Amino acid sequence: MSRLVIDPVTRIEGHLRVEVQVDSGRVTEAYASSTMWRGIETIVEGRDPRDAWLFAQRICGVCTTVHALASVRAVEDAVGAVPPRNARLLREIIAAALFVHDHVVHFYHLQALDWIDPTAALKADPARTASLAQSISDYPRSTAKLFASVQARLGAFLASGNIGPFTNGYWGHPAYRLSPELNLLAFSHYLDALDFQREYVRVHALLGGKNPHPQTYVVGGMASPIDLTSQEAINDNTLAELAQLLTRGLDFVDKVFLPDLYAIAAGYPEWTRYGAGLGSYMVFGDFAQAPQPKGRPQAGGLFPGGIIRDANLSSVEPFDPARIAESVAHSWFRYDNVGNNGGANAGNKAGAKNAGHGASAALAPWKGQTTPDYTGPKPPFAHLDVDGKYSWLKAPRYDGIAVEVGPLARMLVGYASGDARIRPLVKGALDRLHLPPTALMSTLGRVLARGLETKLMAQYSLELLDRLRENVGSGDLTIADTSKWHPSTWPTGRARGVGFHEAPRGSLSHWVVITNERISNYQAVVPTTWNASPRDERGNPGAYESALVGTPVLDPRRPLEVLRTLHSFDPCMACAAHVYDADGRDIIEVRVQ
Amino acid sequence: MNGSYGAVAAGEAHGTSPPGDEVWGGGSGGSLAARLTEAGVQRRSILKFCAGVVATLALPPQFAPRVAAALDRVGRPAVVWLEFQDCAGDSEAFLRSRNPSVADLILGMISLDYHETVMAAAGVDAEDARDKAVARGGHLVVVEGSVPLGIPGSCTIGGRSAEEILNSCVRGAAGIINVGTCSAFGGIPAAGPNPTGAVRVEDVVGGVEVVNLPGCPVNADNLTATIVHYLTFGAFPARDGFGRPLFAYGERIHDTCARRGHFDAGQFAREWGDEGHRKGWCLYRLGCKGPSTFHNCPSVRYNGGTSWPVAAGHGCVGCSEPGFWDTMSPFYDRLPHVATRDFSLTADRIGLGVLAATATGFAAHGVGKVIQHRVAAARAGSPASPASPAEDVSDAAVAAEPDADGKGGQAT
Repeated sequence: MSRLVIDPVTRIEGHLRVEVQVDSGRVTEAYASSTMWRGIETIVEGRDPRDAWLFAQRICGVCTTVHALASVRAVEDAVGAVPPRNARLLREIIAAALFVHDHVVHFYHLQALDWIDPTAALKADPARTASLAQSISDYPRSTAKLFASVQARLGAFLASGNIGPFTNGYWGHPAYRLSPELNLLAFSHYLDALDFQREYVRVHALLGGKNPHPQTYVVGGMASPIDLTSQEAINDNTLAELAQLLTRGLDFVDKVFLPDLYAIAAGYPEWTRYGAGLGSYMVFGDFAQAPQPKGRPQAGGLFPGGIIRDANLSSVEPFDPARIAESVAHSWFRYDNVGNNGGANAGNKAGAKNAGHGASAALAPWKGQTTPDYTGPKPPFAHLDVDGKYSWLKAPRYDGIAVEVGPLARMLVGYASGDARIRPLVKGALDRLHLPPTALMSTLGRVLARGLETKLMAQYSLELLDRLRENVGSGDLTIADTSKWHPSTWPTGRARGVGFHEAPRGSLSHWVVITNERISNYQAVVPTTWNASPRDERGNPGAYESALVGTPVLDPRRPLEVLRTLHSFDPCMACAAHVYDADGRDIIEVRVQ
Repeated sequence: MNGSYGAVAAGEAHGTSPPGDEVWGGGSGGSLAARLTEAGVQRRSILKFCAGVVATLALPPQFAPRVAAALDRVGRPAVVWLEFQDCAGDSEAFLRSRNPSVADLILGMISLDYHETVMAAAGVDAEDARDKAVARGGHLVVVEGSVPLGIPGSCTIGGRSAEEILNSCVRGAAGIINVGTCSAFGGIPAAGPNPTGAVRVEDVVGGVEVVNLPGCPVNADNLTATIVHYLTFGAFPARDGFGRPLFAYGERIHDTCARRGHFDAGQFAREWGDEGHRKGWCLYRLGCKGPSTFHNCPSVRYNGGTSWPVAAGHGCVGCSEPGFWDTMSPFYDRLPHVATRDFSLTADRIGLGVLAATATGFAAHGVGKVIQHRVAAARAGSPASPASPAEDVSDAAVAAEPDADGKGGQAT
C-alpha cells in the first residue's frame, strides 16, 4: 500500500495536485486539489456589470470565450436585455468553433501522450503505417514517404538528447500497448493537429479580433457589425472565409480525429472498465439559438438538459437551477454569518479539522461568498492535510449530490433522452466498438464521448453559418439590443441574473447580483469546479476523486494510468507527484526514467 | 500598412511547411538553416519567415538576410516557461504562433525544457527537467501570470510557492521574458482589491534583464520576434520605461489605427450596429482606449495577421498598459482626455525621430553597440504615464474642428 502524490500534473490548464492511495496495484482513495486562486469573483465586485465579461473571460485562456458568454447571459438575465438573432448565432458559432478547436487540441496535445509513445514509433514500418492510415481514412497525408520522413526526423530529434517537452516522459511504460505503426501515425497527426488548430482558430479572430480572448461580446448582443455592403463589417468575404474554415474543421474531425480515436480505443479495450466515477451526470442544456429564458438554461437545443442518477439510463430528471449549492468544508474559503448548522465556523482552523462532519453549510450561488481562508501548509510543503481544507475549489453539488459534467454527461443525457441527433451518434459508436451504453461510463468512454461531440459540433457549426446567412440575407442587420445599454434603463435597486452555458468541459453558470448599477455579488460555478471538486461537508468526493478509485497503477513510480483518467476529464488547471506510504510518513518521490 | 508582414502571412496555410510536406525539427546541432532544412522547410520559406520577423520588429526589409545569417550561427537556448497566477492564455497564444510556428520554434530554434501545458512529464520528473535546464545556466525564463506575495499558498506547484520557484529559476538565466500583462504588470489578479497580493515579476526578482510583453494575451508574433531578436543580436530589443520593446509598443494605437481618419473627421459609431459602426467609423464614443494605449495591434494584428479587436468592431481596452483593469475601466466609458493628433508620442515620449536615427545607426554601425544605445536611450527616458496628458477635447470640439491639435506629450 502506498500514497501517491502527483504534483505537478501537466498537460492540463492551470495548477492541479492529486494525492492517491494505492493498494495492490489499484487506486483506493484520491484527493484532488487546485493549488492556485486569483479571486476574480471578488475583483469584479463593485464594477460596471457591462465590464464583467472581460474580467470573467480571463478565468481561462484555453476555453476562452465560455466565461464571456456565461457572463453576458447573466447580466442580460438581470437587466432584461434580449440579444437579437444575429448575436445569438454569432455567439453559437464562436462557441461551436471553440468545441472543435479545444477538443482537438485536448486529444492530440494534452492527452495523446498518455496513449501513444513516440519512442515506439521509431520501430514502425512506414509502408505498413501508410497502409494502416489508408485503411481507416482517406486523409491525403498518409503516404509511406511522409511517414518515413516524420520517423527519420523524430529519430534524429530523440537521438539529439535535447528533446525539450518530451524530456522525462514515461516512454517505454508497459501500459503503452499500441503497434509501432499506430504510434507513428498518431504522432504524425500530433504535428498536423498543431497546424490545424492554428488555422482553424481564425474563426475567432474573424469574428472577435483575436484568439485567445476574442473581444466582441457586449451585454445585449455582439460588437461585430454585419453589413454585406460594407468593407468594415462581417460581409461576404467574412462568411466565405468562415465557411472554408468550418468545413476544414469538419474535414479534420472526419478524416483525422475520429479515425485516430477509434484506432487508439481499439488498442485499449480494458479502459472501458476503469474510471467510471460518480455515475451521476448533469447537463444544463444549451445551443437552442434562442434567448435564455429568465433564470433558466435554454431548452430544446442541440444539448438537451437533464440529470442522470446512479448510472440509470432509463430515467432523465429535468434540471432545476434552485438545487445548486456550494460547500467550502474542504475548500480554502470561509462562509461568514451562515445559517444555523455550524457553517459559520467552518472557516477557522478548528472547523477545518472537523470538516466532513457537517461543519459547513452549502450556499446557493446568488448567496455565495468568496472569502479566502488559506489554512493549508506553509509552502514549501510535502503533502496536504486532506482531513481539513485542501483545495482552492469549492464543492458544488446538485440536490446535495456530486455530479459529473462535460462531454460524457451530454452524450449520456442525449442518449437516454432519445435525442434525435445524439442517440444515433452514440449508438453508432457503441455498435462499432461492440460496447453496451454503460461502457461509456469509463475513462475511455469519456474520451470517446468528447470525440463524438466534436463531430456533432463541427456539423452544427456549418448549420449555424447557414442560419446566419439566411438571417442576414433577409435584411436583419441588428447585432445588439441597445435598449438596455444605459444603466438608467435597468431595474432599480437590486437585480439578480444567471447565465448558463454548456462549455467544452461541461455545465457552466455565472451568477450576478447587481445593486445600484454595480456588481454586488458574482459567482462562477465552472465545469472543472464540478468535476475536480474536493469533498463536500458530508465527505462525499468529487468526480475526479471518484473516477480515480479503481484505476490500476502498474508502477507507482510512473503513474501513467492516473494521468489517463485525470486527462479524460480535460482538467482546466496544473499539479505535482510524490509517493508516500500508507500512514503518510515516508514520502517517496515519483521518479521516471 | 501591415505590408510585408501580411504578405508573408498570406497563402501560408501550413505555416512554413509546404502542403504535402512535413514539419519536424532535427537534432540540436547545426545551423538554423540546416535544422529547418532538415525539418522540411525550404530555404525560400526561411527567408520569408525572416522577412516576417523583420517586419514585426519594424526593421527595414533589407535586414531579413542579416537575421537569417545570424540565426544560422546560434544554438538552441533552453527556455523554461513558468506559469503562476495565469489563465494559460499566453501559452495558447504561443501554440498559435505562426512566424515561426510553434513546431518550428520548439524543434528548430529553442529547447523548451519546461512548460507545464505541453510537456509530457509530470510531477517531479517535470521539475527535474526544469531544474537541469536551470542548473546549466544561460537559459531564458518565460513567465506567464502574476506572483501572489500576499497569500503565498494561493499559487503552489509541487508544494512550493510561486515566489520561491521564480527566484530559483532565474538564477543564472540570460534573461526573463514576461508574456502577458499579469507577469509584466500584475494584470487581473492585481486588479483592485488584489485579494492575493499579486505582483509583477519585476517586484520579485532583480539583477536579471527583463523584457515585458504585455497584452491580454501576448501577441504571439511579438513574442517570437523578441526571441528571434535575442537569437540574432544576442540581446533583447530596445525597450521603453515599462520594459516593453519599442518595436511592438512604440506607438499609440490611436495614431496607427485605420479608423483614425474617422476620428479626425468627427465620424463616430454611437451604438452597437448603427450605421457608423457598420461603416467602420471611430469607436472612441463606445469607449475605445486606443488613445491611451501603446501596442502594434493595428499593424501586426492577431492570429497570423487575421484581425484585431478594433477591426472586428469592439474598442481597445488598453490591455498592454500597466494597471489597465483599474485605470481603463469602466471599459465603455469615454476617455476624458484625448489629443486629436500626436503621432510622435511613445510611452517614454521618445520621438519617432530617435527611433529612425537608431534604425539608421543600426544599419551603419553594427548590431551590438546600437542595441546598447537603444536600451540606454529607452531606460534614460522617464517612465511617464502612457496616457498622455493632453488637452481635453470634447466631442463637440472634435466635431466642430476636426483638425484640432491636442499638443500632447512632447517629442524629443
